[in-house]
Amino acid sequence: MSTATQTPAAPRSTAPSGIPFSRLLQVEFRKSWDTKASFWLLFALGAVVVAAEFIAAIVLAVNGDGDTTVDLGTFAGVAGFVCELMLPVVAILLVTSEWTQRTAMVTFALEPRRDRVITAKLGVALIWTLVTVVFALVMGVLFNLFYGAVGGSVTWTGGAGVVGFVIVQCALMLIGFAWAALVLNTPAAIVIYYAFWFAVPTILGIGNALIGWFDSFSRWIFFQQATGPLYDGFWNMSAGEWGHLIVAVLIWLGAPLLLGLRRISRAEVK
Amino acid sequence: MIKVEGLTRVYGAYTAVDDVTFTCEPGRVTGFLGPNGAGKSTTMRIMVGLTPPTKGRTTIKGVDYHDLPNPGRTVGVLLDASAQHGGRTGREVLTLSAMTMGLPSSRVDEMLQLVSLSPSEAKRRVKNYSLGMKQRLGIANALLGDPEILILDEPANGLDPAGIRWMRGLLKSYADRGGTVLLSSHLLHEVEMIADEMILIGRGKILAQGDRAALLSHNTKVETLATSLDNDGLSAALSAKGIPVVPAGEGLRITAEPVEVGRTAVEHHIVLTDLRSGDGGLEELFLQLTADTQREGVVA
Repeated sequence: MSTATQTPAAPRSTAPSGIPFSRLLQVEFRKSWDTKASFWLLFALGAVVVAAEFIAAIVLAVNGDGDTTVDLGTFAGVAGFVCELMLPVVAILLVTSEWTQRTAMVTFALEPRRDRVITAKLGVALIWTLVTVVFALVMGVLFNLFYGAVGGSVTWTGGAGVVGFVIVQCALMLIGFAWAALVLNTPAAIVIYYAFWFAVPTILGIGNALIGWFDSFSRWIFFQQATGPLYDGFWNMSAGEWGHLIVAVLIWLGAPLLLGLRRISRAEVK
Repeated sequence: MIKVEGLTRVYGAYTAVDDVTFTCEPGRVTGFLGPNGAGKSTTMRIMVGLTPPTKGRTTIKGVDYHDLPNPGRTVGVLLDASAQHGGRTGREVLTLSAMTMGLPSSRVDEMLQLVSLSPSEAKRRVKNYSLGMKQRLGIANALLGDPEILILDEPANGLDPAGIRWMRGLLKSYADRGGTVLLSSHLLHEVEMIADEMILIGRGKILAQGDRAALLSHNTKVETLATSLDNDGLSAALSAKGIPVVPAGEGLRITAEPVEVGRTAVEHHIVLTDLRSGDGGLEELFLQLTADTQREGVVA
């Protein structure tokens, strides 16, 4: 490194205008794929979806001997399983990497209105969810066509399932985001999310099986159960089902998100 | 202009910053000097809204940092050169900041050139950077928005001697063109060479502030170091005047002003080969003022 002799332009004194939200969104979107870790996570997400679809198609073709009828939801559901595992991690990294890598010091010095930065991150998480969901659906359609072309039986129903799928994916991604905002630590947030997704249903299932009254209680916190009716179309849901869904969402998403946003806006950034 | 008024930050029972008040004027380099853990970084973090103060306030050009519409265009901040995502390239780090501030990407190239990061270095990931390179990147990031005010925490840390000299020139010319510079350091010599104004801080409290002359006037210790061709004669002559003298190395340590020693030498026709003030200058003052805050206990 040689030592340069140039000097920066003269300091100005004109008042600059504020940072529009669209620019923050752009910056946060770029941050979501511009590191090795985040790029390969997104790449792997796409690659695993494609691989899972292939495997599902082969299994159906071999086992189904042409009798099994697939609809729009069959292949989309396969993609959905992959998304449920990986999309929330994308959301978690958006939040926690600022703290673990300490870039929050620069981010919040450039935009001290922290809520705007977090809202932009939330927007980016939603964008990636929609991109992934559309990708999963396109995969579903392509593999349906492929399955039909090789002699399988295909129907093009299952639209309600698709709507439910989109809503649930967005909710799961937001749950990852919310817990990340609350704990501000990558491994802890991922562990909490996987515990929520795998361990909690198992525990609640055991409780339901062993204790008679437990079912009437667990309905309110069993996220998978509460979101189940969404796949049959939210327009068909009963008031009771809505009640369970709203409470479960408030517990798993609303509470940690609110507390997390409060923590970020007040935390000392070091 | 930066104004800090009655700033206090308490962590539990520990007071990191204790009723600190000072002003950084445009056109001047203000050096923020103190031993490790004196409260320099905490004060700077409060200035840019990263740490909420317990009491008091700081303003930038008369407004709260949070109310600056696009702060990067007014204040250039470098608090910790290591606080960067190791997986991003140097260029990417600057690109993100430039995008946030609404600057063209040509500005990124200008800044890379200014801090002497070559195009190939700019393409490397920050985790492969040396501390000096991270520091240059951090300075580039602070200057990116062409701000009127610079807040730099230990900017010379990790720079090689040529780099330190370069930075000194950069900040001096920046202040000469009307910019406000606040930089912190725990190294006196570094600050002494560049700062027009110094603030000495220890245990969260301001111990002294002002320019060089004002600071030296704090120094109450009067001492002279002298060497002559006839040390014994000089010693006897001074003792005869009632001035305490002790031998020190090849010369004498005398509790009097240099002028008094010189006069005595002339009166007795003794040739002086060395005569200087033994107050130790700013360093002595710095150590004296921060003596009770130093980790090493009694110094000097």
